[in-house]
Amino acid sequence: MTYRSHADLGGQPGHGPVRPEAEGELWHASWEPQALALTLAMGATGSWNLDMSRAARETLPDYAQRSYYAIWIAALEKLMEERGQLTPAEIEAGRMLHAPASVKRVLHAGEVGAALARGSPTLRACPEKPLFAIGQRVRTRAEAVPHHTRLPGYVHGKCGVVERLHGCHVFPDAHAQGLGERPEALYTVVFEGEELWGADAAPGLRVSVDAWQSYLEAA
Amino acid sequence: MHDHEHEDHSDLDPMDLRVRALQTILAQKGYIDPGALDLLIDTYQTRIGPRNGARVVARAWSDPQFHDWLLRDASAAIASLGYEGRQGEHMVVVENTDEVHNMVVCTLCSCYPWPVLGLPPTWYKSAPYRSRAVRDPRGVLADFGVTLPVDKQVRVWDSTAEVRYLVLPQRPPGSERLDEIQLAALVTRDSMIGTGLPLQP
Repeated sequence: MTYRSHADLGGQPGHGPVRPEAEGELWHASWEPQALALTLAMGATGSWNLDMSRAARETLPDYAQRSYYAIWIAALEKLMEERGQLTPAEIEAGRMLHAPASVKRVLHAGEVGAALARGSPTLRACPEKPLFAIGQRVRTRAEAVPHHTRLPGYVHGKCGVVERLHGCHVFPDAHAQGLGERPEALYTVVFEGEELWGADAAPGLRVSVDAWQSYLEAA
Repeated sequence: MHDHEHEDHSDLDPMDLRVRALQTILAQKGYIDPGALDLLIDTYQTRIGPRNGARVVARAWSDPQFHDWLLRDASAAIASLGYEGRQGEHMVVVENTDEVHNMVVCTLCSCYPWPVLGLPPTWYKSAPYRSRAVRDPRGVLADFGVTLPVDKQVRVWDSTAEVRYLVLPQRPPGSERLDEIQLAALVTRDSMIGTGLPLQP
């Protein structure tokens, strides 16, 4: 089966101007606060991890046609349906039609503050010594992969320099597929504008991504 | 012909109905505590937002020791002011200088440092920003009414992992006599993303 992300937008032409908005503007529809809260509360049940929810969002075929919180809701429904926690008929009916599936835990009001403060750190002990050193030149993987990944298309097969090492972090490619955390060294790799965009790149432009070790080889 | 949906729910759009239905079902199934939903919303409406980040920046502008700590270990320095947790577990602060202007984007989704900036604005999550920030950051800055000197380097940080970036803008000239609270008032959300500059005193 092929995997297609509709979310990998870096460098794509034709999306038009950015429309700034004032700091105080938080919601643009009455259902958006509920969409945020439902997503966070269901995430807290431990039924899926962050990388699985990103995979569910980016593979929505109509990703580009939906507003951001509408993407969240569609992905939330998909994740719950896949796990037998919800059926389309129930959404249609607006009420519970089937007995609940079990969830690992429920986020209660009294725990919200502590849960937000704790977050979900992804830093782990390194299973082995990181392969690359700060200042080293590396090349990113050139091929697409048939699963969720965090290497954007616009840096595929490009040469850059390792600028920072962030220790080892949960590897999203494996985590999104339910294959465990498989922590790997995570690096900030910086690219010159010309390497990414050719001779007409904006002068003085440098772009970095955070790349896991298996996205990289020595250049 | 009657339009039944409008007849029954004249003031609700389809997404509103769908999200309400979802909330009802999830509460009936015992997956969620409606009280927790209210608290989550209240937290991001009233407690967590860009004024937190402005306080971090103002402290860095006025306290050299904090400034150095922030650049060396941003997660710990920011947590010392009480801002930590979800979507800010691993913080890095990047400093604007006379030579370099920093700008942050997430081309793959909407990664953003919630504990210090709150929820991302719509444009940050939009295709125009995510597609152009890595290729034409000066064009994006122009959309915000910002022009940088031609010889200044632009450094774009694409948040592709769980590391969250906060831009430390340059302290505006003429702000020497201001205290931390007055300095924080000059710090805009956009100046901490890199799509804007701090206000002038």
